[in-house]
Amino acid sequence: MQDFSYRKAQSIAEAVDAMGDADDGAFLAGGQTLLPTLKQRLAAPSDVVDLSGIAELTGISVSGDTVTVGAMTPHAAVAASGAVRDAIPALCDLADGIGDPQVRNIGTIGGSIANNDPAADYPAACVALGATITTDRREIAADDFFTGLFETALEDNEVIVSVSFPKPQAAAYMKFPNPASRYALVGVFVARTGGGVRVAVTGAGEDGVFRAGAMEAALTSAFSPDSISDGQVGGDGLMSDMHAGADYRAHLVAVMARRAVAAAG
Amino acid sequence: MPTVNMSVNGRPASGEVEARTLLVQFLRETLRLTGTHVGCDTSQCGACVVHVNGSSVKSCTMLAVQAEGAEVVTIEGLADGDSLHPMQEAFRNNHGLQCGFCTPGMVMSAVDLVNRNPKATEAEIREWLEGNICRCTGYHNIVKSIQEAAGNMGG
Repeated sequence: MQDFSYRKAQSIAEAVDAMGDADDGAFLAGGQTLLPTLKQRLAAPSDVVDLSGIAELTGISVSGDTVTVGAMTPHAAVAASGAVRDAIPALCDLADGIGDPQVRNIGTIGGSIANNDPAADYPAACVALGATITTDRREIAADDFFTGLFETALEDNEVIVSVSFPKPQAAAYMKFPNPASRYALVGVFVARTGGGVRVAVTGAGEDGVFRAGAMEAALTSAFSPDSISDGQVGGDGLMSDMHAGADYRAHLVAVMARRAVAAAG
Repeated sequence: MPTVNMSVNGRPASGEVEARTLLVQFLRETLRLTGTHVGCDTSQCGACVVHVNGSSVKSCTMLAVQAEGAEVVTIEGLADGDSLHPMQEAFRNNHGLQCGFCTPGMVMSAVDLVNRNPKATEAEIREWLEGNICRCTGYHNIVKSIQEAAGNMGG
């Protein structure tokens, strides 16, 4: 790992300023992806700005039908939250399946979605539930936030403050983990909402998380595992690698979607 | 260079470190607490698990400066003088280790589990150990050890 200047910001304004002053800065959330990336020298920022000292970025609140999770809230806190479990149990289950217990104790929702790994779990929840990402300067709909592989709509020096999830009528997340890395080979989040059914797929798309339109239409007509069929998500645009070909991933999308619908009930 | 201050095993510890110094390097190389191991150095094997403010974390995936002001407990901080922690005792009683390399991380991870979930089932224990790899594949006795310790830790 190349050395860098380290600064622990005490406020959002200080974090934004520190990044503005840096030649090539990086925000540090939980560090569970950033630090391995730095160790491999895939990145070598001149400055690292630690967000962990900013109290307002951590915490969970439920107000009416909206669950708001602070950007620096660790996965373990979401998984263990009774308030989240009452409102959106699928979100607890998803958080409880990220990485391993030690990663969940320090890894954060803000870090996960800012990184937008194509096999990360949280992007699927954000897109399927129609979440809103609040930053230091604006609100971004999840549909507009994830723009490509490791790419988001975030501007330079923009800090994620929180993610707000509207409560669905029913929802579930199912993933088929890669047996070695445990990242999602395919993960499908299904949410039944007042505006129809939303289905988001992670782990499979060449451009990261995407919505499965044909499945959404079929499930909006009849919310049943029988509404899912293999052709609704084809192999075009899906990743092919040593772990799984595009066609196999497409098949897994249908299998995971069926299981998610059955679990959501 | 930044100076870090933290509590390690109940005692104040401080030192000058580079910003890039990992917590595990600070523990092993500055404080000479070599009970915490580095196995894979890629956040997967769990040999480096320590407690930071009561939660188990991988100390190879945390900067020393991130632990500023924190309370850190390592494997060296578990025993009370000559009497082993119930988790250590249970690992000894059940032959919960073979080569021993993964053991510090296994024990620290297991203590965190039992603190959170004193009545963890065998399935929950196995699931919790997802981030701890035993290259000797000695999981059976490790799980047995944790089950016994859970009973002895007042669970």
